[in-house]
Order: sequence, then C-alpha cells, then structure tokens
Amino acid sequence: MVFKEFRELRRDRRTMAMMIVLPVVLLVVFGYAANFKVHDIPTIVVGPQARQAAAALHAPTFRVTQLNAAAGESVAQAKLRDGQAVVAVVTGAGGPLVLMDGTQLFSVETAETALARLSPPAGSPPVRVKILYDPDLTTSWVMVPGLAGLILVFIGTLITSLGVVRERQAGTLEQLAVMPLRAWDVIAGKIAPYLMVAVVDLILIIAIGMGVFHVPFAGNVGVFALGAVLFLLVTLGMGVLVSTVSQNQGQAIQLAFMIVLPQVLLSGLIFPVSSMAAGVRWISYVLPLTYFIDISRGVMLKAAPISALWQPLGLLALLAVVVLGLAITRFRRDLAPASRQSPASAPARELAET
Amino acid sequence: MSWGLEDVRVTRGRKVAIAGVAVPVDPSRITVVVGGDGAGKSTCLQALVGLLQPESGIVRRPAKDRIGYVPATAGLYADLTVSENTDFTADAYRMPGAERDRKAAEILGWIGLAGARRRLGGQLSGGMQRKLAVGLALLHSPELLVLDEPTTGVDPVSRAELWQLISRAAAAGTAVAVATTYVNEAVRAASVVLLEAGKVLASGSPDDILRAVPGAVGSALGAVRPTPQSWRRGPSWRVWAASGGLPDGTQPVQPDFEDAVVVAELAHEPGR
Repeated sequence: MVFKEFRELRRDRRTMAMMIVLPVVLLVVFGYAANFKVHDIPTIVVGPQARQAAAALHAPTFRVTQLNAAAGESVAQAKLRDGQAVVAVVTGAGGPLVLMDGTQLFSVETAETALARLSPPAGSPPVRVKILYDPDLTTSWVMVPGLAGLILVFIGTLITSLGVVRERQAGTLEQLAVMPLRAWDVIAGKIAPYLMVAVVDLILIIAIGMGVFHVPFAGNVGVFALGAVLFLLVTLGMGVLVSTVSQNQGQAIQLAFMIVLPQVLLSGLIFPVSSMAAGVRWISYVLPLTYFIDISRGVMLKAAPISALWQPLGLLALLAVVVLGLAITRFRRDLAPASRQSPASAPARELAET
Repeated sequence: MSWGLEDVRVTRGRKVAIAGVAVPVDPSRITVVVGGDGAGKSTCLQALVGLLQPESGIVRRPAKDRIGYVPATAGLYADLTVSENTDFTADAYRMPGAERDRKAAEILGWIGLAGARRRLGGQLSGGMQRKLAVGLALLHSPELLVLDEPTTGVDPVSRAELWQLISRAAAAGTAVAVATTYVNEAVRAASVVLLEAGKVLASGSPDDILRAVPGAVGSALGAVRPTPQSWRRGPSWRVWAASGGLPDGTQPVQPDFEDAVVVAELAHEPGR
C-alpha cells in the first residue's frame, strides 16, 4: 500500500511539486516578505528647516524621498494621499509637524517609536504628530478594503477555473467547440456570470465593512468601481488561465491556491511592500492585489482622486490586458484546434462548408 | 453531399494516432467505426468534426451549424434540467422559437422524456442521459451526426432505443458516423470501418467485409486451444486457417461479422 501510494505520488508531478518545492519556495519568499520590523519608510520633508529636519531622520527607519523647503502642509498632505510618502515632516514657525498615513499601520507605529527616541535641541518646540485617514489606527479600517480584494482573488480565480474545468471534464467543452459559437462568445459567456457574482460579493463585503466595522468610504464610488472591474478582469483571467492548464478540478484547486497564497503576504495587505527585501519585492509588483489595495485604501480611506491613482489603475489595466489576452489565446486553442496552422510539409485539406 | 475522411493522418504529440484512414459518411446512411480501446475511433470522429487538425489528408464536413456531435462523455449539462438543456442547445444553434418547441417536444417524445422536462440531467439514468445527449445533437436537424460510443455502458433496452433514434435520423436524410466497441452493432450500419492501432483493417458494407474474410473458419470443441489462431465463441472454439486448410476435428462454419472482425485482426497481426 505504501509503495503503491509512493508510485502514484511520483507520477503526480504537480502534487509532488506542491509538497516538496512549494514549502521551500514559500518559506524563503515569505521569510523575506513577512517582516514586522519596518524600515525605509518613504518620508518627505518640507518647509524652511527641511534640510535640518531631514538630517535628524535616521536611516534605516526613514528614507527621505523628497526635500522641499518651499512647500508647506498642503503639499505634504497631497503626497501622503497619493501614496508617495507614508511620513511627511512639515517644518515652520510653530515647530515640526509630522503627518503620517494611518493606512500603513506598521509603518506608523515604527515611525512613532523612532520619533519618540529623537532628542530635539533644548528649548526647541515639541514635535507634533498628526495621523491622517485612520487617526485611531483601527486595524479593520485598513484590513477591510484589502480583504475585499483578497476574497475576490479567491472567488475570481478559484471558482472561475473550477467552472471551466468542470466543463472540460464533463466533455461539454468539446461540444461547445463544435457548436456554431465564436470562441469569444464562449469565453465571455463563461466569465460574465462570475463577474456579476463577484461584483455582488464586493458590494456585500464593502457594505458589511461599513456597517459592522464602521470603515469609511470617503472617496469617489466611480473610481473604486473602475479599479474593482479592472481587478476582477485580472482575477477572472487568471481563473481561465488556470483552467487551461488543469485537467481536473483537483489540479485547478492546487494551482489557484499557489496563486492566491502569495497575494496574502506579498501584496501589502499585512506587511508594507517598501520594507520587503528587494529579491521578493518585485513579486509584489506583478500581483494584482497590490494595486487593488492601493486603489481601495486610497478611495475608501484617503478620498484619493483618479489623478492620484492613475498608476495602480494603469498597471491593473495592463495586467488585465496581458492576463486576459493569454487566457483567451489559450482558451481559443482549446476550443478551435482545427483552425490552427497545419505543418507546411504535409498539408491537410479541410473542406468545411460555410 | 458526402462527408468524411480521406487518407487522414493525425498525430498526438509524437504518437501517430491514425494514419491513412478513410471514413466515408454519406447522407441517409450510418457509418460505424469499430475497434478496441486505443484503436483511433475517437480521433477519427474528432478530426471529422474539427476538434483535431489532421497532419495530412482530406476532411469533408458541413458548416458547424449543420453538425451534431456527442462526445464519449456525458454530452449534456448535469446541473441543467432536460428543458434547460434543450433551450441551451436551441439557443446555440439560433433556432427560432416555434421550431425549437416543436423539435424539442418531438425528440423528447421519441426518447421518453416528455414528462421529465424538469428533471436535472444528472438525475437521469445513464441510458436516459445518452438518449438525451443524442436527442440534443439531433435538435437542430443536422446534416452530419457524429456520435462517439453512444451505447457504451448502456443497458440492452436503452441501447436498442438509441439505435432506433440513430436509424430514425439516418432515415430522415442525416449522414451518421458512430464509433463503437461493440462488434454486433456494426451490422446495423450501411458502412463499417474496422480500426486497429490507428489503421484501417477492413472497410465496406458488413456483407463486403464478410465476403472478404480470407482462408477458412471452423468450429472445434475441447478444453485446449486448437491452434494459436483460435478464439472462444461460447462453449466452442473458432479456428481460422489463413491457407484454407482447417485442422482435423474442426467443422467448417460460415463466419459471422464477429468472426470477420477477429480474422481481420489476426490477418493484420499474425503473431497475436
């Protein structure tokens, strides 16, 4: 029985990879990503004493990305809202004012501790700290917009892939390929119901977040909806892609799991992307959840306008084009193999009436 | 217009699935592709309906909206009711409302599911599911009906009913191609293609194939296999002699279609 099981396991390469390679990869990746010790907090310093203040902000906790003696509090706030900085130090007559982006819980807590350790010159006015967007650092305010995305990744990728694989296992995909349906009709027909259900899910999650956890929705619903639809197109495309390389529902679940798991730790949902080791940080930048979190937290908590979110929106749109394009290409190949080019050396003639 | 394969070769990866295969499928006639597992029956049918691209050869088939196809798997949606299955198929073939209702009622009447329109496809018996799948493939009155092992795993009564349905389609002018592993079903066809390991061993009408049996076939009793080219038929042995000279104790018999198929395989692979 043991030998039989090992023999079966050896031939199921995907399960073997999941059992042996995946834990090693995940441990290494997550080991570098899961980092409660935050450093390199993006910081801007503005106002007349910007240079002196910047000199007091030590590395590695703070990474001063911008220094502008001519700018004031309004510019600093805009930079925080647009996600270009997590901490902004505003210098001026009334003493330094430190603004912090409350949506970055770990970064704010680390920055507060680091600031408390600073020893200002005797007689200088005290440092004032103002936390924006989530002044009480309520965890649920920050988590709900991100969790909404995580739930949608799960539903979009897993459920869509299962839906397509079920059709393949039942043999009905073969029939669809023979029916007078265009490949695009089949793909759109498969995706549309999941897209609609996912939209309903998203509305429910946000409503529960607002009703139960009192998460604010400060920004524009249209911008949020645009980001959500782009994000859903990526996740549904990933679902179709998973289905095209899975022969059964078990394989689809395994692959979907491999796609969903990294997004939990590498998307910035829990740990700030800026604090991750450079070797794993690039993974964050190819995960759609990273950009959806920027958009959902930006719109819901910071009331960020579309002009502040063009980058995550644009990157999500790019991901949607790439992932859906790949998914459609592969799915079309499943549906219409006869339309592929035959080898030039041995031409086949297909005399199909039109 | 006649449909079918002419000198078709299909490869799957590096393996040649079928080579030099011809399967004529003519209107009002049933062509049965018969062979064992892995003989290449499904490959032939998939090439015929356009699911596989042949490497060489000629494939003649009508436009997609005039093909009806049932794969070797269920061929229907288990989570949809009988009515929902017929509606989906009618929608896919863009059938007008009045015609779809009339055809659906007619076909469900033929297969005995007129009173089960609200039952889920998955709740039907195996035989009923296959009958519904064939019925769905007939809904849009196709010119070419292609059925991959429609009777496999089906009880004898349902099998007979399925063949009635298939014969009815042929009688209405449809060109029908059926793959089967059951040799006795081949005699129902106007044309038979006997496949083995991706190659045609014999083809023609069942009578043509019977007439073309080489050598002599005999019957012998006993517990011991009389010759290497013998096989069990009920309580006795069938013996084939390629040269025509049967061994002692063997009574010559007129070969039936099942004998003809075995002889064709033995003649193709003498050491078998």
